[in-house]
Amino acid sequence: MGKRIGMEVGIAAAEAVALCNIDVAAVYPITPQSHIAEHMADIIHDGRIDAEFITVESEHSSISACAGASATGARVYTATSSQGLMLMHEILPIVSAMRLPVVMGNANRAVSGPLNIWNDHGDIMPQRDSGWICLFTENGQEVIDLSIMAFKIAEDPEVMLPTVVNIDGFQLTHMIEPLEFPTQAQVNKFLPDRKPYATLHPDNPMTMGCFNMPDIFTETMKAKDTALWNSKKTIVKVFNEWGRQFGRKYNVVETYKAKDAETLILTMGSMGETASIAVDEMRKAGRKVGLVKLRLWRPFPVEELRAAIKGCKTLIVMDRAISFGGAGGPVATEIKSFLFHDKGRPRIVDFLMGLGGRDVTVGDFIAMVERAKNKKDETYEYYGVRE
Amino acid sequence: MIEIRWHGRGGQGAVTSVEMLALAAIEEGKYAQGFPAFGPERRGAPVMAFNRVSDKPIKIRSGIYRPDVVVVLDPSLVSLVPVTDGLKPDGILIVNTSKTASEIRKVLNYKGKLFTVDATHIAKEELGVPISNTTMLGAVLKATGVLKMDAMKSPLEHRFGRVAGKNMTAMKRAFNEMKQAKAA
Repeated sequence: MGKRIGMEVGIAAAEAVALCNIDVAAVYPITPQSHIAEHMADIIHDGRIDAEFITVESEHSSISACAGASATGARVYTATSSQGLMLMHEILPIVSAMRLPVVMGNANRAVSGPLNIWNDHGDIMPQRDSGWICLFTENGQEVIDLSIMAFKIAEDPEVMLPTVVNIDGFQLTHMIEPLEFPTQAQVNKFLPDRKPYATLHPDNPMTMGCFNMPDIFTETMKAKDTALWNSKKTIVKVFNEWGRQFGRKYNVVETYKAKDAETLILTMGSMGETASIAVDEMRKAGRKVGLVKLRLWRPFPVEELRAAIKGCKTLIVMDRAISFGGAGGPVATEIKSFLFHDKGRPRIVDFLMGLGGRDVTVGDFIAMVERAKNKKDETYEYYGVRE
Repeated sequence: MIEIRWHGRGGQGAVTSVEMLALAAIEEGKYAQGFPAFGPERRGAPVMAFNRVSDKPIKIRSGIYRPDVVVVLDPSLVSLVPVTDGLKPDGILIVNTSKTASEIRKVLNYKGKLFTVDATHIAKEELGVPISNTTMLGAVLKATGVLKMDAMKSPLEHRFGRVAGKNMTAMKRAFNEMKQAKAA
Protein backbone atom coordinates (compact mmCIF):
# COMPACT_ATOMS: atom_id res chain seq x y z
CA MET A 1 0.00 0.00 0.00
CA GLY A 2 1.06 3.55 -0.56
CA LYS A 3 1.74 6.30 1.89
CA ARG A 4 -1.11 7.73 3.96
CA ILE A 5 -2.51 10.83 2.34
CA GLY A 6 -4.99 13.38 3.64
CA MET A 7 -8.25 13.65 1.75
CA GLU A 8 -11.93 14.30 2.36
CA VAL A 9 -13.75 10.99 2.53
CA GLY A 10 -16.41 11.98 -0.04
CA ILE A 11 -13.67 12.78 -2.54
CA ALA A 12 -11.93 9.53 -1.62
CA ALA A 13 -15.11 7.56 -2.39
CA ALA A 14 -15.08 8.93 -5.96
CA GLU A 15 -11.32 8.30 -6.26
CA ALA A 16 -11.80 4.68 -5.15
CA VAL A 17 -14.54 4.15 -7.73
CA ALA A 18 -12.27 5.71 -10.36
CA LEU A 19 -9.83 2.85 -9.75
CA CYS A 20 -12.55 0.32 -10.60
CA ASN A 21 -12.60 0.70 -14.38
CA ILE A 22 -16.25 1.79 -14.42
CA ASP A 23 -18.03 2.42 -17.71
CA VAL A 24 -20.90 4.62 -16.55
CA ALA A 25 -21.69 6.89 -13.63
CA ALA A 26 -25.10 8.52 -13.30
CA VAL A 27 -25.07 10.62 -10.18
CA TYR A 28 -27.44 13.40 -9.14
CA PRO A 29 -26.00 15.68 -6.46
CA ILE A 30 -27.56 16.00 -3.02
CA THR A 31 -26.12 17.07 0.33
CA PRO A 32 -24.09 15.43 1.90
CA GLN A 33 -23.27 13.27 -1.13
CA SER A 34 -22.52 16.27 -3.40
CA HIS A 35 -18.75 16.02 -3.23
CA ILE A 36 -18.91 12.44 -4.50
CA ALA A 37 -21.10 13.54 -7.43
CA GLU A 38 -18.96 16.58 -8.25
CA HIS A 39 -15.67 14.75 -8.00
CA MET A 40 -16.92 11.80 -10.05
CA ALA A 41 -17.98 14.28 -12.75
CA ASP A 42 -14.56 15.98 -12.56
CA ILE A 43 -12.66 12.71 -12.91
CA ILE A 44 -14.64 11.69 -15.99
CA HIS A 45 -14.71 15.17 -17.55
CA ASP A 46 -10.94 15.48 -17.13
CA GLY A 47 -10.50 12.22 -19.00
CA ARG A 48 -8.76 10.51 -16.12
CA ILE A 49 -10.91 7.43 -16.74
CA ASP A 50 -12.67 6.22 -19.85
CA ALA A 51 -16.26 6.36 -18.69
CA GLU A 52 -19.53 8.10 -19.43
CA PHE A 53 -21.00 10.52 -16.87
CA ILE A 54 -24.73 10.74 -17.49
CA THR A 55 -26.17 14.02 -16.23
CA VAL A 56 -29.66 13.21 -15.11
CA GLU A 57 -32.55 15.35 -13.87
CA SER A 58 -33.31 13.35 -10.74
CA GLU A 59 -32.34 10.34 -8.70
CA HIS A 60 -35.22 8.36 -10.22
CA SER A 61 -33.48 8.92 -13.53
CA SER A 62 -29.99 8.22 -12.22
CA ILE A 63 -30.89 4.78 -10.92
CA SER A 64 -32.95 4.08 -14.06
CA ALA A 65 -29.99 5.06 -16.26
CA CYS A 66 -27.79 2.81 -14.14
CA ALA A 67 -30.20 -0.09 -14.63
CA GLY A 68 -30.21 0.38 -18.40
CA ALA A 69 -26.45 0.75 -18.61
CA SER A 70 -25.83 -2.24 -16.37
CA ALA A 71 -28.16 -4.35 -18.53
CA THR A 72 -25.86 -3.71 -21.50
CA GLY A 73 -23.01 -5.23 -19.49
CA ALA A 74 -21.43 -2.00 -18.29
CA ARG A 75 -19.85 -1.50 -14.87
CA VAL A 76 -21.99 1.17 -13.26
CA TYR A 77 -21.83 3.47 -10.23
CA THR A 78 -24.21 5.89 -8.62
CA ALA A 79 -24.38 7.70 -5.31
CA THR A 80 -27.13 9.44 -3.41
CA SER A 81 -28.56 10.33 -0.02
CA SER A 82 -31.81 10.73 1.87
CA GLN A 83 -34.58 12.18 -0.37
CA GLY A 84 -32.60 11.06 -3.40
CA LEU A 85 -32.63 7.48 -2.18
CA MET A 86 -36.34 7.80 -1.39
CA LEU A 87 -36.92 8.90 -4.98
CA MET A 88 -34.97 5.86 -6.20
CA HIS A 89 -37.11 3.58 -4.06
CA GLU A 90 -39.41 2.54 -6.88
CA ILE A 91 -36.54 1.35 -9.06
CA LEU A 92 -34.35 -0.36 -6.44
CA PRO A 93 -36.25 -3.70 -6.37
CA ILE A 94 -36.30 -3.74 -10.17
CA VAL A 95 -32.51 -3.48 -10.29
CA SER A 96 -32.14 -6.40 -7.88
CA ALA A 97 -34.84 -8.48 -9.60
CA MET A 98 -33.01 -8.00 -12.90
CA ARG A 99 -29.84 -9.13 -11.11
CA LEU A 100 -27.95 -6.01 -12.18
CA PRO A 101 -24.74 -5.46 -10.20
CA VAL A 102 -25.03 -1.68 -9.82
CA VAL A 103 -22.90 -0.25 -7.01
CA MET A 104 -24.19 2.72 -5.05
CA GLY A 105 -22.67 4.92 -2.38
CA ASN A 106 -25.27 6.29 0.02
CA ALA A 107 -24.32 9.25 2.19
CA ASN A 108 -26.65 8.43 5.05
CA ARG A 109 -28.89 11.33 6.02
CA ALA A 110 -32.21 11.80 7.79
CA VAL A 111 -35.37 11.83 5.72
CA SER A 112 -37.71 14.84 5.62
CA GLY A 113 -39.86 16.15 7.19
CA PRO A 114 -39.02 18.37 8.70
CA LEU A 115 -36.07 18.98 6.42
CA ASN A 116 -32.85 17.77 8.04
CA ILE A 117 -29.64 17.30 6.10
CA TRP A 118 -27.72 15.56 8.87
CA ASN A 119 -26.75 11.99 9.52
CA ASP A 120 -28.90 9.06 10.55
CA HIS A 121 -29.99 5.80 8.92
CA GLY A 122 -33.57 6.84 8.17
CA ASP A 123 -32.87 6.83 4.43
CA ILE A 124 -31.50 3.32 4.00
CA MET A 125 -33.92 1.51 6.30
CA PRO A 126 -36.99 2.01 4.05
CA GLN A 127 -34.91 0.33 1.29
CA ARG A 128 -34.30 -2.70 3.48
CA ASP A 129 -36.64 -4.96 1.51
CA SER A 130 -35.38 -3.94 -1.94
CA GLY A 131 -33.14 -6.98 -2.39
CA TRP A 132 -29.84 -5.08 -2.39
CA ILE A 133 -26.69 -6.14 -0.58
CA CYS A 134 -26.26 -3.53 2.11
CA LEU A 135 -22.88 -2.69 3.69
CA PHE A 136 -21.92 -0.12 6.32
CA THR A 137 -18.60 1.72 6.76
CA GLU A 138 -16.99 3.04 9.90
CA ASN A 139 -14.16 5.27 8.63
CA GLY A 140 -12.70 6.67 5.44
CA GLN A 141 -10.43 3.71 4.80
CA GLU A 142 -13.40 1.37 4.88
CA VAL A 143 -15.19 3.62 2.38
CA ILE A 144 -12.30 3.18 -0.08
CA ASP A 145 -11.92 -0.55 0.53
CA LEU A 146 -15.61 -1.45 0.49
CA SER A 147 -16.38 0.75 -2.54
CA ILE A 148 -13.89 -1.37 -4.50
CA MET A 149 -14.94 -4.68 -2.96
CA ALA A 150 -18.60 -3.85 -3.70
CA PHE A 151 -18.03 -4.27 -7.46
CA LYS A 152 -16.37 -7.64 -7.01
CA ILE A 153 -19.15 -8.86 -4.73
CA ALA A 154 -21.99 -7.50 -6.88
CA GLU A 155 -20.62 -8.86 -10.17
CA ASP A 156 -19.67 -12.32 -8.95
CA PRO A 157 -21.57 -14.87 -11.10
CA GLU A 158 -22.83 -16.46 -7.88
CA VAL A 159 -24.28 -13.11 -6.75
CA MET A 160 -25.27 -10.66 -9.53
CA LEU A 161 -27.01 -8.29 -7.15
CA PRO A 162 -26.80 -4.53 -6.65
CA THR A 163 -24.83 -3.38 -3.63
CA VAL A 164 -25.09 -0.24 -1.54
CA VAL A 165 -22.18 1.06 0.54
CA ASN A 166 -23.48 3.24 3.36
CA ILE A 167 -21.28 6.21 4.27
CA ASP A 168 -22.50 8.28 7.21
CA GLY A 169 -23.26 11.78 5.92
CA PHE A 170 -20.94 14.55 7.18
CA GLN A 171 -19.46 12.35 9.96
CA LEU A 172 -17.66 10.50 7.16
CA THR A 173 -18.34 12.30 3.88
CA HIS A 174 -17.00 15.68 5.06
CA MET A 175 -14.10 14.44 7.18
CA ILE A 176 -10.52 15.03 6.08
CA GLU A 177 -8.47 12.13 7.41
CA PRO A 178 -5.45 9.96 6.55
CA LEU A 179 -6.19 7.35 3.89
CA GLU A 180 -4.29 4.73 1.92
CA PHE A 181 -5.13 4.04 -1.70
CA PRO A 182 -4.31 0.84 -3.52
CA THR A 183 -2.52 1.33 -6.83
CA GLN A 184 -4.31 0.93 -10.15
CA ALA A 185 -2.33 -2.27 -10.80
CA GLN A 186 -3.36 -3.70 -7.44
CA VAL A 187 -7.04 -2.95 -8.11
CA ASN A 188 -6.77 -4.40 -11.63
CA LYS A 189 -5.44 -7.60 -10.10
CA PHE A 190 -8.16 -7.71 -7.46
CA LEU A 191 -11.10 -6.70 -9.67
CA PRO A 192 -11.26 -8.36 -13.09
CA ASP A 193 -13.58 -7.16 -15.86
CA ARG A 194 -17.28 -7.78 -15.42
CA LYS A 195 -18.52 -10.91 -17.19
CA PRO A 196 -22.26 -10.35 -17.54
CA TYR A 197 -24.64 -13.31 -17.73
CA ALA A 198 -26.72 -11.62 -20.42
CA THR A 199 -26.53 -8.26 -22.13
CA LEU A 200 -28.87 -6.00 -24.03
CA HIS A 201 -27.67 -5.38 -27.55
CA PRO A 202 -29.53 -4.30 -30.71
CA ASP A 203 -27.99 -7.19 -32.66
CA ASN A 204 -29.29 -9.72 -30.20
CA PRO A 205 -32.67 -8.52 -28.92
CA MET A 206 -33.92 -9.91 -25.64
CA THR A 207 -36.24 -8.96 -22.82
CA MET A 208 -35.14 -8.55 -19.23
CA GLY A 209 -37.28 -8.30 -16.12
CA CYS A 210 -40.55 -7.65 -17.85
CA PHE A 211 -43.62 -9.37 -16.46
CA ASN A 212 -44.67 -12.20 -14.16
CA MET A 213 -48.10 -13.78 -13.94
CA PRO A 214 -49.34 -15.05 -10.56
CA ASP A 215 -48.22 -18.57 -11.51
CA ILE A 216 -44.52 -17.60 -11.45
CA PHE A 217 -44.14 -14.40 -9.41
CA THR A 218 -43.74 -16.20 -6.07
CA GLU A 219 -41.04 -18.42 -7.54
CA THR A 220 -39.20 -15.37 -8.88
CA MET A 221 -39.34 -13.70 -5.47
CA LYS A 222 -38.09 -16.83 -3.73
CA ALA A 223 -35.22 -17.06 -6.20
CA LYS A 224 -34.26 -13.46 -5.47
CA ASP A 225 -34.40 -14.06 -1.73
CA THR A 226 -32.27 -17.18 -2.11
CA ALA A 227 -29.76 -15.27 -4.23
CA LEU A 228 -29.43 -12.59 -1.57
CA TRP A 229 -28.93 -15.14 1.22
CA ASN A 230 -26.39 -17.02 -0.90
CA SER A 231 -24.42 -13.82 -1.53
CA LYS A 232 -22.99 -13.93 1.99
CA LYS A 233 -20.62 -16.73 0.99
CA THR A 234 -19.17 -14.54 -1.74
CA ILE A 235 -19.08 -11.47 0.50
CA VAL A 236 -16.96 -13.37 3.03
CA LYS A 237 -14.78 -14.74 0.23
CA VAL A 238 -14.17 -11.26 -1.20
CA PHE A 239 -13.45 -9.83 2.28
CA ASN A 240 -10.88 -12.59 2.81
CA GLU A 241 -9.31 -12.04 -0.58
CA TRP A 242 -9.01 -8.30 0.18
CA GLY A 243 -7.42 -9.14 3.52
CA ARG A 244 -4.85 -11.37 1.83
CA GLN A 245 -3.99 -8.83 -0.86
CA PHE A 246 -4.12 -5.61 1.18
CA GLY A 247 -3.64 -6.70 4.78
CA ARG A 248 -6.88 -5.22 6.08
CA LYS A 249 -9.23 -7.99 7.15
CA TYR A 250 -12.96 -7.38 7.05
CA ASN A 251 -15.72 -9.41 8.68
CA VAL A 252 -19.47 -9.28 8.19
CA VAL A 253 -19.75 -8.79 11.97
CA GLU A 254 -16.86 -7.04 13.69
CA THR A 255 -16.18 -7.30 17.41
CA TYR A 256 -14.11 -5.31 19.90
CA LYS A 257 -13.35 -6.65 23.38
CA ALA A 258 -16.49 -8.75 23.03
CA LYS A 259 -15.24 -12.19 24.10
CA ASP A 260 -15.83 -12.03 27.86
CA ALA A 261 -18.24 -9.10 27.77
CA GLU A 262 -21.41 -9.25 29.86
CA THR A 263 -22.77 -6.18 28.14
CA LEU A 264 -22.37 -5.55 24.42
CA ILE A 265 -23.04 -2.35 22.51
CA LEU A 266 -24.11 -2.91 18.90
CA THR A 267 -23.54 -0.22 16.26
CA MET A 268 -23.64 0.23 12.49
CA GLY A 269 -21.55 2.82 10.66
CA SER A 270 -19.32 5.61 11.92
CA MET A 271 -20.44 5.42 15.58
CA GLY A 272 -18.40 2.27 16.07
CA GLU A 273 -15.06 4.02 16.56
CA THR A 274 -16.37 6.44 19.18
CA ALA A 275 -18.12 3.52 20.90
CA SER A 276 -14.80 1.65 21.06
CA ILE A 277 -13.32 4.50 23.12
CA ALA A 278 -16.30 4.27 25.49
CA VAL A 279 -15.63 0.53 25.78
CA ASP A 280 -11.98 1.22 26.63
CA GLU A 281 -13.02 3.66 29.36
CA MET A 282 -15.55 1.26 30.86
CA ARG A 283 -13.02 -1.61 30.72
CA LYS A 284 -10.55 0.58 32.63
CA ALA A 285 -13.22 0.98 35.29
CA GLY A 286 -13.48 -2.82 35.49
CA ARG A 287 -16.76 -3.15 33.56
CA LYS A 288 -17.12 -6.13 31.24
CA VAL A 289 -18.39 -4.15 28.26
CA GLY A 290 -17.64 -4.87 24.61
CA LEU A 291 -18.70 -3.85 21.13
CA VAL A 292 -20.30 -5.58 18.15
CA LYS A 293 -20.48 -3.83 14.80
CA LEU A 294 -22.68 -4.93 11.94
CA ARG A 295 -20.86 -4.36 8.67
CA LEU A 296 -23.42 -6.31 6.68
CA TRP A 297 -27.11 -5.47 7.04
CA ARG A 298 -28.49 -7.40 4.06
CA PRO A 299 -28.22 -10.35 3.89
CA PHE A 300 -28.39 -10.33 7.68
CA PRO A 301 -25.35 -12.14 9.15
CA VAL A 302 -27.29 -14.09 11.74
CA GLU A 303 -24.81 -16.92 12.45
CA GLU A 304 -21.93 -14.48 12.84
CA LEU A 305 -24.00 -12.28 15.15
CA ARG A 306 -24.95 -15.29 17.30
CA ALA A 307 -21.28 -16.21 17.63
CA ALA A 308 -20.32 -12.62 18.50
CA ILE A 309 -22.89 -12.20 21.29
CA LYS A 310 -22.55 -15.69 22.78
CA GLY A 311 -22.51 -15.53 26.55
CA CYS A 312 -23.39 -11.86 26.88
CA LYS A 313 -26.25 -10.93 29.23
CA THR A 314 -27.30 -7.59 27.78
CA LEU A 315 -27.17 -6.48 24.16
CA ILE A 316 -27.66 -2.74 23.68
CA VAL A 317 -28.69 -1.92 20.12
CA MET A 318 -28.06 1.59 18.81
CA ASP A 319 -30.79 2.27 16.24
CA ARG A 320 -30.41 5.38 14.10
CA ALA A 321 -33.80 5.00 12.43
CA ILE A 322 -37.40 4.70 13.58
CA SER A 323 -40.23 2.39 12.59
CA PHE A 324 -43.07 4.66 13.65
CA GLY A 325 -45.77 2.83 15.54
CA GLY A 326 -43.77 -0.38 15.32
CA ALA A 327 -41.85 -2.77 17.54
CA GLY A 328 -38.71 -0.65 17.78
CA GLY A 329 -35.73 0.43 15.70
CA PRO A 330 -35.17 -1.72 12.60
CA VAL A 331 -31.88 -3.23 13.82
CA ALA A 332 -33.16 -4.29 17.25
CA THR A 333 -36.42 -5.58 15.80
CA GLU A 334 -34.49 -7.71 13.34
CA ILE A 335 -32.21 -9.13 16.01
CA LYS A 336 -35.11 -9.87 18.35
CA SER A 337 -36.85 -11.81 15.56
CA PHE A 338 -33.79 -13.94 14.88
CA LEU A 339 -33.09 -14.64 18.55
CA PHE A 340 -36.72 -15.24 19.53
CA HIS A 341 -36.26 -18.98 20.02
CA ASP A 342 -32.68 -18.90 21.28
CA LYS A 343 -32.39 -20.24 24.82
CA GLY A 344 -30.28 -18.03 27.06
CA ARG A 345 -30.38 -15.16 24.61
CA PRO A 346 -29.31 -11.77 25.99
CA ARG A 347 -31.74 -9.14 27.14
CA ILE A 348 -32.06 -6.72 24.24
CA VAL A 349 -32.16 -3.01 24.98
CA ASP A 350 -33.07 -0.80 22.04
CA PHE A 351 -32.13 2.87 21.99
CA LEU A 352 -33.28 5.20 19.23
CA MET A 353 -30.55 7.79 19.12
CA GLY A 354 -28.16 9.78 16.92
CA LEU A 355 -31.09 10.98 14.82
CA GLY A 356 -30.84 13.84 12.32
CA GLY A 357 -27.23 14.63 13.22
CA ARG A 358 -27.58 14.50 17.01
CA ASP A 359 -24.01 13.88 18.10
CA VAL A 360 -23.24 10.67 20.00
CA THR A 361 -20.29 11.10 22.34
CA VAL A 362 -18.22 8.71 24.43
CA GLY A 363 -20.23 9.92 27.43
CA ASP A 364 -23.49 9.06 25.67
CA PHE A 365 -22.43 5.44 25.19
CA ILE A 366 -21.47 5.17 28.85
CA ALA A 367 -24.79 6.76 29.87
CA MET A 368 -26.71 4.28 27.70
CA VAL A 369 -24.90 1.33 29.27
CA GLU A 370 -25.87 2.75 32.69
CA ARG A 371 -29.48 3.28 31.62
CA ALA A 372 -29.66 -0.26 30.20
CA LYS A 373 -28.80 -1.69 33.61
CA ASN A 374 -31.97 -0.22 35.10
CA LYS A 375 -34.27 -0.85 32.20
CA LYS A 376 -36.76 -3.53 33.16
CA ASP A 377 -38.38 -4.49 29.84
CA GLU A 378 -37.32 -4.77 26.22
CA THR A 379 -39.40 -1.97 24.78
CA TYR A 380 -37.55 0.63 22.75
CA GLU A 381 -36.56 3.95 24.24
CA TYR A 382 -35.45 7.31 22.84
CA TYR A 383 -32.08 8.24 24.31
CA GLY A 384 -31.30 11.81 25.28
CA VAL A 385 -34.64 13.19 24.20
CA ARG A 386 -35.93 16.37 25.89
CA GLU A 387 -39.48 15.87 27.16
CA MET B 1 -3.93 14.53 20.82
CA ILE B 2 -4.62 18.22 20.35
CA GLU B 3 -8.15 19.46 19.59
CA ILE B 4 -8.63 22.85 17.92
CA ARG B 5 -11.82 24.84 17.37
CA TRP B 6 -11.84 27.60 14.78
CA HIS B 7 -14.36 30.45 14.84
CA GLY B 8 -14.90 32.47 11.71
CA ARG B 9 -17.59 33.86 9.49
CA GLY B 10 -18.98 32.02 6.47
CA GLY B 11 -16.71 32.81 3.52
CA GLN B 12 -13.63 33.67 5.60
CA GLY B 13 -12.09 30.28 5.06
CA ALA B 14 -12.22 28.59 8.46
CA VAL B 15 -12.89 25.32 6.64
CA THR B 16 -9.88 25.93 4.39
CA SER B 17 -7.74 26.49 7.50
CA VAL B 18 -8.71 23.16 9.05
CA GLU B 19 -8.18 21.47 5.70
CA MET B 20 -4.68 22.95 5.29
CA LEU B 21 -3.70 22.04 8.85
CA ALA B 22 -5.04 18.47 8.59
CA LEU B 23 -3.39 17.86 5.22
CA ALA B 24 -0.06 19.25 6.45
CA ALA B 25 -0.16 17.09 9.58
CA ILE B 26 -0.97 13.95 7.59
CA GLU B 27 1.78 14.78 5.09
CA GLU B 28 4.15 14.91 8.08
CA GLY B 29 3.12 11.37 9.01
CA LYS B 30 0.81 12.37 11.85
CA TYR B 31 -2.84 11.47 12.19
CA ALA B 32 -5.35 14.27 11.81
CA GLN B 33 -8.96 15.18 11.22
CA GLY B 34 -10.34 18.37 9.74
CA PHE B 35 -14.07 18.95 9.60
CA PRO B 36 -16.62 21.74 9.45
CA ALA B 37 -19.45 22.28 11.92
CA PHE B 38 -21.81 20.31 9.74
CA GLY B 39 -24.64 22.32 8.34
CA PRO B 40 -25.80 24.97 5.93
CA GLU B 41 -23.19 27.72 5.65
CA ARG B 42 -24.25 31.30 5.10
CA ARG B 43 -21.81 33.97 4.04
CA GLY B 44 -21.08 36.26 6.95
CA ALA B 45 -22.73 34.13 9.63
CA PRO B 46 -20.60 32.84 12.53
CA VAL B 47 -19.26 29.37 11.71
CA MET B 48 -16.97 26.85 13.35
CA ALA B 49 -14.51 24.27 12.07
CA PHE B 50 -12.41 21.70 13.88
CA ASN B 51 -9.06 19.91 13.89
CA ARG B 52 -7.71 16.94 15.74
CA VAL B 53 -3.98 16.18 15.44
CA SER B 54 -2.29 13.19 17.05
CA ASP B 55 0.74 10.94 16.80
CA LYS B 56 -1.59 7.93 17.08
CA PRO B 57 -4.61 6.90 14.96
CA ILE B 58 -7.68 8.94 15.92
CA LYS B 59 -10.76 6.92 16.66
CA ILE B 60 -13.14 9.51 18.04
CA ARG B 61 -15.77 10.80 15.60
CA SER B 62 -17.99 12.94 17.76
CA GLY B 63 -17.74 16.73 17.94
CA ILE B 64 -15.14 18.73 19.89
CA TYR B 65 -16.56 20.20 23.10
CA ARG B 66 -13.43 20.61 25.26
CA PRO B 67 -10.85 22.09 22.87
CA ASP B 68 -7.18 22.57 23.75
CA VAL B 69 -7.01 25.54 21.39
CA VAL B 70 -9.56 28.10 20.19
CA VAL B 71 -8.77 30.27 17.18
CA VAL B 72 -10.83 33.38 16.40
CA LEU B 73 -10.49 34.47 12.77
CA ASP B 74 -12.82 37.44 12.89
CA PRO B 75 -12.24 40.20 15.49
CA SER B 76 -15.95 40.98 15.81
CA LEU B 77 -16.82 37.46 16.97
CA VAL B 78 -15.20 38.00 20.37
CA SER B 79 -18.19 39.98 21.60
CA LEU B 80 -20.80 37.95 19.66
CA VAL B 81 -20.00 34.27 20.13
CA PRO B 82 -19.02 32.49 23.38
CA VAL B 83 -15.60 31.62 21.95
CA THR B 84 -14.09 30.41 25.24
CA ASP B 85 -16.88 27.86 25.88
CA GLY B 86 -15.42 24.52 26.91
CA LEU B 87 -11.81 25.68 26.45
CA LYS B 88 -9.66 23.58 28.78
CA PRO B 89 -8.29 25.45 31.86
CA ASP B 90 -4.75 25.15 30.48
CA GLY B 91 -5.98 25.76 26.92
CA ILE B 92 -4.88 28.43 24.48
CA LEU B 93 -6.96 31.23 22.98
CA ILE B 94 -5.65 32.84 19.79
CA VAL B 95 -7.44 35.97 18.58
CA ASN B 96 -7.09 37.97 15.40
CA THR B 97 -7.54 41.51 16.69
CA SER B 98 -6.14 45.02 16.54
CA LYS B 99 -7.18 45.50 20.17
CA THR B 100 -4.87 45.03 23.14
CA ALA B 101 -4.77 41.76 25.04
CA SER B 102 -6.22 43.40 28.14
CA GLU B 103 -9.20 44.65 26.14
CA ILE B 104 -9.82 41.10 24.88
CA ARG B 105 -9.49 39.70 28.40
CA LYS B 106 -12.04 42.21 29.63
CA VAL B 107 -14.62 41.53 26.90
CA LEU B 108 -14.37 37.78 27.43
CA ASN B 109 -13.73 37.82 31.17
CA TYR B 110 -10.91 35.41 30.30
CA LYS B 111 -7.85 34.76 32.43
CA GLY B 112 -6.22 31.86 30.58
CA LYS B 113 -3.41 31.72 28.02
CA LEU B 114 -3.98 34.33 25.33
CA PHE B 115 -2.22 35.18 22.08
CA THR B 116 -3.14 38.11 19.84
CA VAL B 117 -2.14 39.16 16.35
CA ASP B 118 -3.58 41.66 13.88
CA ALA B 119 -3.97 39.10 11.12
CA THR B 120 -6.48 41.17 9.14
CA HIS B 121 -3.88 43.93 8.83
CA ILE B 122 -1.20 41.43 7.74
CA ALA B 123 -3.58 39.79 5.23
CA LYS B 124 -4.49 43.17 3.73
CA GLU B 125 -0.82 44.05 3.28
CA GLU B 126 0.36 40.68 1.98
CA LEU B 127 -2.69 39.34 0.14
CA GLY B 128 -4.62 42.49 -0.56
CA VAL B 129 -7.77 41.05 1.03
CA PRO B 130 -8.93 41.06 4.67
CA ILE B 131 -9.17 37.24 4.78
CA SER B 132 -7.16 36.00 7.72
CA ASN B 133 -7.48 32.21 7.53
CA THR B 134 -4.06 31.29 6.12
CA THR B 135 -2.40 34.11 8.07
CA MET B 136 -3.81 32.74 11.31
CA LEU B 137 -2.31 29.33 10.57
CA GLY B 138 1.05 30.93 11.38
CA ALA B 139 -0.32 32.05 14.74
CA VAL B 140 -1.59 28.54 15.49
CA LEU B 141 1.76 26.95 14.63
CA LYS B 142 3.61 29.42 16.86
CA ALA B 143 1.24 29.09 19.82
CA THR B 144 0.91 25.29 19.72
CA GLY B 145 4.08 24.01 18.04
CA VAL B 146 1.84 21.35 16.50
CA LEU B 147 3.72 21.49 13.17
CA LYS B 148 6.73 23.18 11.65
CA MET B 149 6.06 26.05 9.26
CA ASP B 150 7.56 24.16 6.29
CA ALA B 151 4.86 21.51 6.61
CA MET B 152 2.28 24.05 5.38
CA LYS B 153 4.10 24.65 2.10
CA SER B 154 2.85 21.67 0.14
CA PRO B 155 -0.88 21.94 1.00
CA LEU B 156 -0.84 25.72 0.45
CA GLU B 157 0.86 25.32 -2.93
CA HIS B 158 -1.61 22.65 -3.92
CA ARG B 159 -4.56 24.81 -2.89
CA PHE B 160 -3.45 28.32 -3.85
CA GLY B 161 -1.06 27.73 -6.73
CA ARG B 162 0.79 30.89 -7.72
CA VAL B 163 -0.51 32.91 -4.74
CA ALA B 164 0.73 30.28 -2.28
CA GLY B 165 3.92 32.28 -1.74
CA LYS B 166 1.97 35.34 -0.56
CA ASN B 167 -0.02 33.16 1.82
CA MET B 168 3.22 31.67 3.17
CA THR B 169 4.59 35.17 3.72
CA ALA B 170 1.43 36.26 5.54
CA MET B 171 1.57 33.10 7.65
CA LYS B 172 5.22 33.70 8.56
CA ARG B 173 4.47 37.29 9.54
CA ALA B 174 1.69 36.15 11.90
CA PHE B 175 4.13 33.59 13.33
CA ASN B 176 6.63 36.37 14.06
CA GLU B 177 4.27 39.22 14.99
CA MET B 178 1.93 37.34 17.33
CA LYS B 179 2.24 38.32 20.97
CA GLN B 180 1.58 36.28 24.06
CA ALA B 181 -0.45 38.26 26.58
CA LYS B 182 0.81 38.62 30.13
CA ALA B 183 -0.81 36.24 32.58
CA ALA B 184 -3.97 37.73 34.04
